[in-house]
Amino acid sequence: MADGSVTRRGVMVGAAGGVVFSTPRARADENPPATDAIAVKLRVNGEALHLEIDPRTSLLDALRETAGLTGTKKGCDRGACGACTVHLDDRRIVSCLTLAARCEGKHIRTIEGLSSADRLHPMQAAFVEHDGFQCGYCTPGQIMSAVALVKEGHAGSDGEIREWMSGNICRCGAYPNIVAAIRQAASAEG
Amino acid sequence: MPMIGKPIDRTDGRLKVTGAARYAAEFRLPGVVHGVLVQSTIAAGSIAGFDLSEAEAMPGVLTIITPDNAGKLQHPEHVQQTVPGPLLQNKDILFNGQHIAVVIAGTLEQAEAAAAAVRVRYFNAEAATSMDALLSQAYPPKHFRNGARPPDSSRGDPDGTFNSGAVKLDLTYITPIEHHNAMEPHATLAAWNGDKLTVWTATQGISGAQATLAGQFGIDKSDVRIICPYLGGGFGSKGNTWPPATLAALAARTVKRPVKLVLSRAQMYTSNGYRPRTVQKIKLSSDIDGRLISVRHDGFSSMSQPALGEFSEPVALATEMLYACPDLAVTHRLVALNAPLPTYMRAPGEASGVFALESAMDEMAAALKMDPIKFRLQNYAETDPHENKPFASKALRACYEQGAQAFGWDKRSAEPRSMRDGNTLIGWGFATSTYPTNRQPAAVRVRMDRAGNVTVQSGTQDIGTGTYTVMTQVASDALGIPVQRIRFELGDSSLPPAPVSGGSQTVASVGPSVQAACAALIEKIKDMALSGGGWRGQSREALQIRDGLVVGADRRVPIGALVEKSGHPFIEVEVQTKPGEEKQRFSMHAFGAQFAEVRIDQDLGEIRVSRFVGAFDAGRVLNAKTASSQLIGGITYGIGMALLEETLVDGETGRVVNANVAEYLMPVNADIPDIQTIIVPNDDTTSNPLGAKGIGELPMVGVAAAIANAVYHATGVRVRKVPIRIEDILV
Repeated sequence: MADGSVTRRGVMVGAAGGVVFSTPRARADENPPATDAIAVKLRVNGEALHLEIDPRTSLLDALRETAGLTGTKKGCDRGACGACTVHLDDRRIVSCLTLAARCEGKHIRTIEGLSSADRLHPMQAAFVEHDGFQCGYCTPGQIMSAVALVKEGHAGSDGEIREWMSGNICRCGAYPNIVAAIRQAASAEG
Repeated sequence: MPMIGKPIDRTDGRLKVTGAARYAAEFRLPGVVHGVLVQSTIAAGSIAGFDLSEAEAMPGVLTIITPDNAGKLQHPEHVQQTVPGPLLQNKDILFNGQHIAVVIAGTLEQAEAAAAAVRVRYFNAEAATSMDALLSQAYPPKHFRNGARPPDSSRGDPDGTFNSGAVKLDLTYITPIEHHNAMEPHATLAAWNGDKLTVWTATQGISGAQATLAGQFGIDKSDVRIICPYLGGGFGSKGNTWPPATLAALAARTVKRPVKLVLSRAQMYTSNGYRPRTVQKIKLSSDIDGRLISVRHDGFSSMSQPALGEFSEPVALATEMLYACPDLAVTHRLVALNAPLPTYMRAPGEASGVFALESAMDEMAAALKMDPIKFRLQNYAETDPHENKPFASKALRACYEQGAQAFGWDKRSAEPRSMRDGNTLIGWGFATSTYPTNRQPAAVRVRMDRAGNVTVQSGTQDIGTGTYTVMTQVASDALGIPVQRIRFELGDSSLPPAPVSGGSQTVASVGPSVQAACAALIEKIKDMALSGGGWRGQSREALQIRDGLVVGADRRVPIGALVEKSGHPFIEVEVQTKPGEEKQRFSMHAFGAQFAEVRIDQDLGEIRVSRFVGAFDAGRVLNAKTASSQLIGGITYGIGMALLEETLVDGETGRVVNANVAEYLMPVNADIPDIQTIIVPNDDTTSNPLGAKGIGELPMVGVAAAIANAVYHATGVRVRKVPIRIEDILV
C-alpha cells in the first residue's frame, strides 16, 4: 500500500471525523461517501461473490460478516496473530489488514475452499492426526499458512517450519504438533 | 480393549480443520446489528458528561447506551461467576479502559466509526497505580477462595525457629500482570424473544452465565438459554460472566433486535480479568543436612477497587502442602489499585506461587551445595503436612526419577557457568509442579435410539481440552459400544447442568457422571429385557450388555430392538454425581517434575529454551493424544511466563500500554523447542471414580521456576522476577 492508495486505517480515521478521507492519489470522484455501501465482486474459493459492503470493510469482515464464511478467524484485527490468514492469488496474507474493496478480481482461497467434498486436504488430515490444535480457533489460519509455506519451499527442516510458521500464534501451545503435521504433509507432497 | 486412554483423534477435529466449528460470534441471526464498546481514557474520577451529537448523527447508528440512559440491572448475590460491573449503572470511573458506553449500529464498520466519535468529559481524580508504593496499605481478602478458608494459615512457630537454621534465606519474588489472550476475542450474540433471552457467548461456564444473566435482568433462569458449542480458548478469562455479555443483552433489549458484541483485542486487556501482579516474600531456614526447619510465604497480589469485586491470587497454598516442614506460615494480602478486576488465569495461585517457592528451594539447594532434587527428596512429604491427612495418591517420587532419567539430569555439573557450548552458556534447571484435584457435581443424560445409537449430553464445555472426545471414550467403555455410535453434546444450558470448566475439574466432575449415567442406562435396558424382552423371570445377572446387544444364555437381541418394542423413539436416563467424603479424608493433588535446558549467548544475553522434559502424576489419562497436547500446551504457557509475558501499565494514566499481541509477547512456534512429556501411571480412584486428577493447569506450574533455575545455572545470576529479560542477566 506504499503507493498512496486507500488504506483501511486512513479511511477509518477519516470516517471517525465524519468526512470522507482518502490519501492524495485516490480520486475523490471514484469514492462514494464512506458509509454508503459499494458493490464488490470477489472470487472466493472459485466462486463469484457479489457483496454490497461498506468501503471500510476488511476482507476478513467481508468474509465473516457478509459472506458468512466464518472459517477465517478474527484474533487481533491488527495483523499480529495470523488467525485470519487466507490466500490471495496463492500468497498467504492477513485478511484483517486487507480491504475487501482492494480484492476486486483477485482469487481468494479460505479454509472452506481447501477440502473437496468429503476429502480433507492432506494438511488438514495431518493436523487432525497430529493433534495440531486444541481450541481450534487459530487452526484455519495455521493450516492456510502451512499450505502456503510448503509451496514457498519453507518446509525444508523443522527449524525452517518453526520460523516460517511464527506469524501464526497458537495460545493453546500446539506448536510441536503443528510442526509434526506440516512435516508429514510436506513430505507426502514430495 | 478399553477406549479410555487410547490416543484417538478428536471427534470434533474435522470440524475444526475445515472451519465448520462455529464459535459464538459466528452464529447468524436475521436482523442482527452490531454493538461496540466505548471505554474510559482516565483511571479514576467520574464522567462529567457525554457529547454524542456527532456520533448519533453518523450513518447507521441506532442508539448509544451510556450511564445516562442504560436500563437498570440487578446484582445477583451469591451467584458464582458474577462480577458487579462495570455495567453502565453509575458514572464512577475506577480504572482506565472501563466500559462507559455501547454504540449500536447496523454494521460493524458504522458502529466502530461512531464509537470513535463519542466525546466524553471527565472529573479527574488521582489514580492509585503503583502496587509497590501501596504495599504498606495491603489488606486481607474478605472472600479468600470464595470464603472456603482463611487467607492466613500456620503450623508450629516458624518465626521462632527461623534463626535456629544453619542456612537462612529471606527473599522477594515478583510476577507481573499477565493476560490470557485466548485467540478468540470475547464475543456475545444476544437475542430476546419477549422476556426470553438466548445468548451465544464465549464462556467456560454456561451454567454460571445463565444464572448471572437471569439475575441481572430479573428473569427466571429457565428463560435464559446460553449456547457455546466451541470456545476459542479461555485459560480462565471466560470463567466469569463479564460485563460485555450483559451489555450485549442490554443492547439487544434496548434496540429490540439481536445484537452482536465482540471485543477488540485491545479491549480484552481491561474487560475480562488478568493474572494480578504479585510480590512474594519467602523465608526458608534449613539445617545443614537440607531438612527444612521453617518456611514463611507472604503473598501480596494486585487488585481492583473493591467495588468491582474481589480476587486474590492464592500464591501460598501449594507451599503449605508441598514439603514436610514442622514450622510454617502463609499469608495472602491485597493491594487495591485503579485497575480492572483480576481473575483466574491458568494455574491461578500455583503458577505465580510455585515460581517463587521453587526458585527459593533452588536457592537453598545451591546454598547447601546440595543437588536440587536430593534437597526436595530430603523434605518429601509422605502425608499432607498442613492438613495432617494422607494424600489420595502421590507419585511425585516417580516423576522425579522418570523426568530426571529422560532429561539426563545425572550428567549435570553442579557449578553455575560450568556447562557451555562454545560461546553459549548452558543451564539445566528443575522445579516441582503441583495442582489440586477438584471435582464438583455434574449431571449427564444418556439416550439410546432405535438404531442403537447413543447421545450423551451434559451442559459442560470443551474449551479445547477435548471434552467432546474423552467423554465419548468414557461412554464407549461404560456401554460397550464403539465411539462411532456415540455422540457427545455440550455447550447448551438446556442440557443437564455441569460446573464451570476451570480448575482442571471437567473430567473429574463430568466423567464419573457419564459412567454412572451409562450404568443406569444398562440397568434400564436390563429392566426392559426382563419385563418385555423375552427374558421374563430370568435373573438380571444372567444378562450382559455388549456390542450393542443384550446377551442372555440362550440368545442375543439388539438393544435397538428393545427400544423399538417400547414404543418410544429412545430410552434415556439422567444422573447426577457429586463428590463424597473423600475431600475430608484425603489431600488430593496432582504432581509433576519440570526440567528445563536453556542456552544463553554469553555476550548478548539472549535466552532460548532448548529442551524441556515434564513428568506428571495426573491420575488416569483418558486420551493419550489430547493429554499430551495439554501437557505441551501448559509447558508452552509456562515458557511464556518465564521469558516473554508481561502487561505494562503506565504509572501516570493507569493505561495498559501494550494492549496488543505484537507487544504483549507470547510464545510463537520458533520459541518452542522439543518438549518431552511423561505420564507416570497412577489411577487415583480415591479422588473420583474415574481416577483422573486433572491436567489443564498442572503442566504450567513450575515451568517458570525450572527456567529461572536453569538461567541461574547457566549464568550464576539469580533473577527473582519474571519475565526474565536480557537486561536481567547482563550484569
